[in-house]
Amino acid sequence: MPAETLDALEELLIEADVGVAATNRLIEAVRGRADDGDLRALVRDELLALLEARPASPSPDVSPRVVLVVGVNGTGKTTTVGRLARLLTSEGKQPVICAADTFRAAAVEQLEVWAGRVNADFIRATTGSDPAAVVFDAVSSGKAKGRDVVLVDTAGRLHTRANLMAELDKIRRVAGRVVAGAPHETLLVLDATVGQNGLPQARAFLETAGVTGIVLTKLDGTAKGGIAVAITAELGVPIRYVGVGEQIDDLLPFSAEDYVDALFEPVW
Amino acid sequence: MFASLSERLQEVFASIGRESRLTPEAVETALREIRMALLEADVNFKVVKAFVDRVRDRAVDREVLDSLTPTQQVVAIVRDELRALLGDGPTGLSVSSQRPQVVLLLGLQGAGKTTTTVKLAHWLKQQGRHPIVVSTDVRRPAAIEQLSVLASDAGVRVHESSADTAVVARAEGAVTTGREMGFDVVLVDTAGRLHIDDDLMAELEAIKSSLAPSDLLYVADAMTGQDAIKSAGEFNRRLDISGVVLSKMDGDARGGAALSVVSVVGVPVTFIGDGERIEDLQPFHPDRLVSRMLGMGDVLSLVEKAEQAVSQEDAARLEKRIRRNQLTLQDMRDQLASVSKMGPLEKLTELIPGMNQTASQLPDGAEVNPRALKQTMAIIDSMTRRERTHHQIIDGSRRRRIARGSGTTVQEVNRLLKQFMDMRKMLRAVGGVSRSRRKKGGRRRLPTGMRFPMG
Ligand SMILES: Nc1nc2c(ncn2[C@@H]2O[C@H](COP(=O)(O)OP(=O)(O)OP(=O)(O)O)[C@@H](O)[C@H]2O)c(=O)[nH]1
Ligand SMILES: Nc1nc2c(ncn2[C@@H]2O[C@H](COP(=O)(O)OP(=O)(O)OP(=O)(O)O)[C@@H](O)[C@H]2O)c(=O)[nH]1
Ligand SMILES: [Mg+2]
Ligand SMILES: [Mg+2]
Repeated sequence: MPAETLDALEELLIEADVGVAATNRLIEAVRGRADDGDLRALVRDELLALLEARPASPSPDVSPRVVLVVGVNGTGKTTTVGRLARLLTSEGKQPVICAADTFRAAAVEQLEVWAGRVNADFIRATTGSDPAAVVFDAVSSGKAKGRDVVLVDTAGRLHTRANLMAELDKIRRVAGRVVAGAPHETLLVLDATVGQNGLPQARAFLETAGVTGIVLTKLDGTAKGGIAVAITAELGVPIRYVGVGEQIDDLLPFSAEDYVDALFEPVW
Repeated sequence: MFASLSERLQEVFASIGRESRLTPEAVETALREIRMALLEADVNFKVVKAFVDRVRDRAVDREVLDSLTPTQQVVAIVRDELRALLGDGPTGLSVSSQRPQVVLLLGLQGAGKTTTTVKLAHWLKQQGRHPIVVSTDVRRPAAIEQLSVLASDAGVRVHESSADTAVVARAEGAVTTGREMGFDVVLVDTAGRLHIDDDLMAELEAIKSSLAPSDLLYVADAMTGQDAIKSAGEFNRRLDISGVVLSKMDGDARGGAALSVVSVVGVPVTFIGDGERIEDLQPFHPDRLVSRMLGMGDVLSLVEKAEQAVSQEDAARLEKRIRRNQLTLQDMRDQLASVSKMGPLEKLTELIPGMNQTASQLPDGAEVNPRALKQTMAIIDSMTRRERTHHQIIDGSRRRRIARGSGTTVQEVNRLLKQFMDMRKMLRAVGGVSRSRRKKGGRRRLPTGMRFPMG
């Protein structure tokens, strides 16, 4: 197989933000097998194997299940909480939405609109108050009312801010005090346009917030979000959902096949 | 985390052997490292290709090959080329006779437009201007309210329209109000949109043609990857943007996307956003982005921050000490005293290469804690004059005495000393880089010597 094709594949992966290290690993994995056929198909298989071999969503037999949504600024956390609530209500589940972003201007009001759209319980605090306190209220309320899931929206924070990251730890401890094992799922919302910084982000949120899955948003643009591949490869954190728009139905369970196909689709 | 490019090159050349001359093969190895580092910094791969070729052309020159300091030479070439790519475009806002002057902020979803709108208004107020802001985002839940809250916190006037006012009419209303009430700048926040969303791009075109803004600022997230040139390119194609605001530079992203945008799209970066607060907006300095990409930390910003709080002479003295690697604990003490005037220490430590990790190792919240700051000062205050200027003499028994004197523990004293020595080490690494090249673009108030870290 001509080296040229390998180069083209490498370029495709780099341009999709998969990153040098993960790209090299993928290329090396297929280099020796170049005679076995289509290189692209080989890489595709490698990617599928990687993205499909993922731990299932933790689904303990507790109620309410607590889902914490975290990430850096502006990635789509609040919108994702709204859309997750919609997925839940469409399965006949009753979510509680918790507004734990007490920092950003009008973050609570933004989420309140989403809660109204899906008719979910909405637990809010005043701007500037302690986010852990509102999480306590929301989880307690969900427990008392026998709700299925509590979705917690948190303020955007850069992973380099040690004190803000510590705040997440506090939120987790408080949730765990009300319901055993909470939060049962912690979703890191990644913007598909993010480049190599996605990896240190994931590493930091995994370390301090125990991330169990990724939501890859804004895949309706021209970015491919390839750093999520590197994250899965390096940290073993699976992609759970993808965001494909700003509307309420624009959140889909992750499909490795669809994702990999889109990765290979010619760039806009 | 990324090893800095300068460190990597150092390693490459060290493994080749200091004594022997630099060979073209060694240059190739270095170029591979450069390529990798730039890709990890999110520079577009096409830009990287062209860039590496240019560096190769210059690096295989006899003079470089024969030099005794090939690492410095190659780093200097890389730095020059990066600097050249970034150009010397105008920063800040354009000078316009339009009254009110109209500035449009646009970009992808979540990039930071609304925050930047108010940051910019705050910045303009500090320049003695009279800004008014308006939201045209009728789509995102609570977007209008977000702008109103931020503006009222910043004491900035907001133009409010009734809920059913159409997008273009909102912006036009603000311009009319601005004109009637004597505001000289109207800042128009727009809804986030994808560059491939034809309808929404057309909406921006309509706003533009109605208001004829003097500035169209494209707000881009500093963490953006390879996609940066596609989105910025399309916004530019349709709207002819005048400048880029690079937001979220307070993280540890290298910001290489800016390089791609400037060099491919041809639009200058005019401001950077480095925090969520309203004060966190600065005019762009290309040199600083270059040193950030090279992993040398943003020493210039540090010096400038210090300068705002310290007198000119103090700053000049500090700079000289840094240059000669004579930084003392006394200097650190002086700096910390001014830090209290400067804002969170966390910010400051982020600016110092290598200090980032140190900051995150501090106990919870310590990095923004004025108490921690006071404690550090107390430790230094418990040292003798000689200890402050000659930290090498601080042995175990002196450490115990200092800890007692400052009401701290020996571990805390040790930590401070380690931090200080790391700082010196990093500053030395930066200072070791060639300072042969003079360049313009460094600004105004800085004493000449202060540009040194960039050469
Ligand atoms: N095109 C597109 N836009 C999205 C998607 N998800 C979210 N957005 C938009 O991205 C912007 C930011 O979304 P938010 O949900 O406010 O993001 P956030 O992470 O909560 O932001 P902060 O709380 O400020 O950190 C909004 O304009 C959303 O409409 C997506 O999947 N596709
Ligand atoms: N750390 C940091 N956060 C920032 C900066 N600028 C903006 N943000 C945050 O980024 C998030 C998104 O900012 P917005 O101003 O709402 O972004 P936008 O472009 O108006 O978003 P849409 O209107 O939804 O498209 C918020 O959480 C802001 O606080 C910055 O320079 N540094
Ligand atoms: Mg939010
Ligand atoms: Mg906005």
